[in-house]
Amino acid sequence: MNLTLRIWRQPGPDAPGEMTVYQVGGITEDMSFLEMLDILNEELILRGDQPVAFDHDCREGICGACSMVINGRPHGPERTTTCQLHMRHFTDGDTIDVEPWRSAAFPVIKDLVVDRSAFDRIIGAGGYITAPTGSAPDAHAVPVPKEAADRAFEHAECIGCGACVAACPNGSAMLFTAAKVVHLNLLPQGAPERRSRVRSMVAAMDSEGFGGCTNTGECATACPKGIGLDAIGTLNREFLRAR
Amino acid sequence: MSIQVSSNQGYEHYTVGAPIADTKAPDGPIEERWDRRRFEAKLVNPANRRGRTVIVVGTGLAGGAAGATLAEQGYRVVQFCFQDSPRRAHSIAAQGGINAAKNYRNDGDSIRRLFYDTVKGGDFRARESNVHRLAQVSVEIIDQCVAQGVPFAREYGGLLDTRSFGGVQVSRTFYARGQTGQQLLLGAYQALSRQIAAGNVELHARTEMLDLVVVDGRARGIVARDLVTGKLETHLADAVVLATGGYGNVFYLSTNAKNSNATAIWRAHRRGAYFANPCFTQIHPTCIPRSGDHQSKLTLMSESLRNDGRIWVPKAAGDTRPPNAIPEAERDYYLERMYPSFGNLVPRDIASRAAKAVCDEGRGVGPGGQGVYLDFADAIARLGRDTVAERYGNLFDMYQRITAEDPYQVPMRIYPAIHYTMGGLWVDYDLQTTIPGLFAIGEANFSDHGANRLGASALMQGLADGYFVLPPTLNDYLARTPAVPLTPDHPEVEAVATEAADRLAALLAVNGDRTPDSFHRELGELLWDECGMARSAAGLRKALERIPELRAEFWRRLKVPGTGEELNQSLEKANRLVDYFELAELMCLDALHRAESCGGHFRVESQTPDGEAARRDEEFGYSAAWEFNPSGPPVLHREELVFDHVHPTQRSYA
Repeated sequence: MNLTLRIWRQPGPDAPGEMTVYQVGGITEDMSFLEMLDILNEELILRGDQPVAFDHDCREGICGACSMVINGRPHGPERTTTCQLHMRHFTDGDTIDVEPWRSAAFPVIKDLVVDRSAFDRIIGAGGYITAPTGSAPDAHAVPVPKEAADRAFEHAECIGCGACVAACPNGSAMLFTAAKVVHLNLLPQGAPERRSRVRSMVAAMDSEGFGGCTNTGECATACPKGIGLDAIGTLNREFLRAR
Repeated sequence: MSIQVSSNQGYEHYTVGAPIADTKAPDGPIEERWDRRRFEAKLVNPANRRGRTVIVVGTGLAGGAAGATLAEQGYRVVQFCFQDSPRRAHSIAAQGGINAAKNYRNDGDSIRRLFYDTVKGGDFRARESNVHRLAQVSVEIIDQCVAQGVPFAREYGGLLDTRSFGGVQVSRTFYARGQTGQQLLLGAYQALSRQIAAGNVELHARTEMLDLVVVDGRARGIVARDLVTGKLETHLADAVVLATGGYGNVFYLSTNAKNSNATAIWRAHRRGAYFANPCFTQIHPTCIPRSGDHQSKLTLMSESLRNDGRIWVPKAAGDTRPPNAIPEAERDYYLERMYPSFGNLVPRDIASRAAKAVCDEGRGVGPGGQGVYLDFADAIARLGRDTVAERYGNLFDMYQRITAEDPYQVPMRIYPAIHYTMGGLWVDYDLQTTIPGLFAIGEANFSDHGANRLGASALMQGLADGYFVLPPTLNDYLARTPAVPLTPDHPEVEAVATEAADRLAALLAVNGDRTPDSFHRELGELLWDECGMARSAAGLRKALERIPELRAEFWRRLKVPGTGEELNQSLEKANRLVDYFELAELMCLDALHRAESCGGHFRVESQTPDGEAARRDEEFGYSAAWEFNPSGPPVLHREELVFDHVHPTQRSYA
């Protein structure tokens, strides 16, 4: 298929950017979206142009590096990561808009690459259980009810891609923060730091410049791992309990 | 002594240096060696640790665990990852699970049995002392991870669930659905994040190590490139730890992440660290086949699928009918035919070679004939669709997303792919390389898996090295090594920085007409053909002849747009390729010199009469540690392997 791509090009953090139009041909259905961009980039290099910079790594949907807004939706039309989006979801002659994550807390570095280090700082503020190496009791010393373990796991599946923030009209990081709080606060191992964790993480989230949550739910719709809006409810409850 | 293994250009020969006499493993009963080593280790006074700096490169399971633990102990840690966050290291993609000799099932497991299985699974090419230690610390890993909040699968009683994996006879694999690597990595990442926030770890993300600084014979730092600004930085320390993973991406197509690379270990090799057993690469039998020339990476499907799926190809070559139109009598369930007692559950290397053999006969299926069927029709008939969905639903979904085929209706197509590298930097019992002060942990070293790694053992080794093995041995090194001040203007430091800058400038200056990826694909295809699943002397010689030609063309025709003073992903790729070319040559040389079949290394000249791999312990019962020689061929140092506890036997799965 032949496609028209309108891609956000921005040479650096402080340089102005603009949507730039490219034509790309010879695309097959089995290609992933990133492989389609690989083809464009190979052509750009041979022409002596700068290839489009984008973050990517595992290309199997788990590292969370890839981050593109495709036709206005984070990760595009399917509920998955950009690397797992295939070209069979597009048709010959389509025009596709490709933009970086849109959020003040994720400044653009170049083209489609943004700085998501704010997420790391939220985790550093309390998204852990203090358990220095060597201090652990036997793994079976504390049984964990299966329901709690399963629910913790479902929230620990977050890949930290930032689609929730990019989708939110307020640029809120509530779903990301909530996923980690639910994961750790549900487990008996996480109980001692339950209150300080939620307070510190929410404070870090606010200080990083993310917006507030107004329950629009776009985050949960965009999440490629299916983390639900109920996480935010739990976060609010934990936060109120911790005051 | 000079040995001629090839009459062609390139690495014409190698020389044999002194055998490795001392691996630093304590002697005495094998069960007591690790305790003894730890007791004999010198300690650094806690008050003095803050003044000692350790560089850790990489934030995967090994690096993340090591960085967090060393910082907890009070050292000043400076840590690097090329990703935008430590949480994205490729350990995150490991699916299946992590082995540990907990014996929670009371099914006869023990430290000794895990030790035995690992030595045997490695086809008797690993060091017994190290493997035994790995089995010992495996039990602590699970405790540590549970304490961190890793949400392992649990049973209704609240205790941990386990499953059996990779053909072993006990159930010792702990798991978190199909995302065990992710959950273990997030545990290490969170522990590391806590230390970063506390100011004990200085993290440099989006920063890639380009070279190692060695001063007065000791590893003292690295030269790294800030991938955002392009600025080269020199970082100095009292010791350097490489946790930079394996080198599977030398093949271009592999299950590795796109940016995983060999530059850190290869530059360390060029600075004096021996590189051991580079030809020991693991090919995983159940990956999704490539769909065309655009393919950028391969996706693994968990090995557990072989528990219920049946593998087959058409009996007749060139049969292009859709699978459901091929009658039962015209299908060849070749693993069940060839290996009646193990059937579809033969080890990874055997399943992979058999798939290649049937495809070479023209019986492969799918695009290009590079695939075999993995059929769940019988399992669905026997167990029902719901049970199959419960066991493999997420894998089926992943397969359908990538191929647009429904594995509940049509057999999956699978093909082997490069997955893991057992070879790596040679390390002693302390995980120290041949450069004092340089340590290598996780997949970056060659330590524990011999010629073949068992399923669910990579996560175990990464965390064992990072949490439990490296911290005490590094402590001992620092205690015995006085702090010597060093500044970036030291001539030996400046020379390394200049060399790294010159290399980048040279890559930008070629200004030819071929992209870095086009060279990488060509190198990868050559290696896959000649140094992949089956290797022959003739093919390896051909590769050794071709690689220098390709490298010469690279330096003539490479095109890298842009400059070095910005985010430049083409420059990153080109710089990694320079090292892949050299590493590829050493892999082929190692494969050529090892004229035996063992584990992942299958030499067509070394087969039993019935076509199975024939190991030759008398001649090759050693690890091959290669020394870089700037002015001539590589130098081979043999580490003879002694098996006092697990008696070598020839594997048989017929």
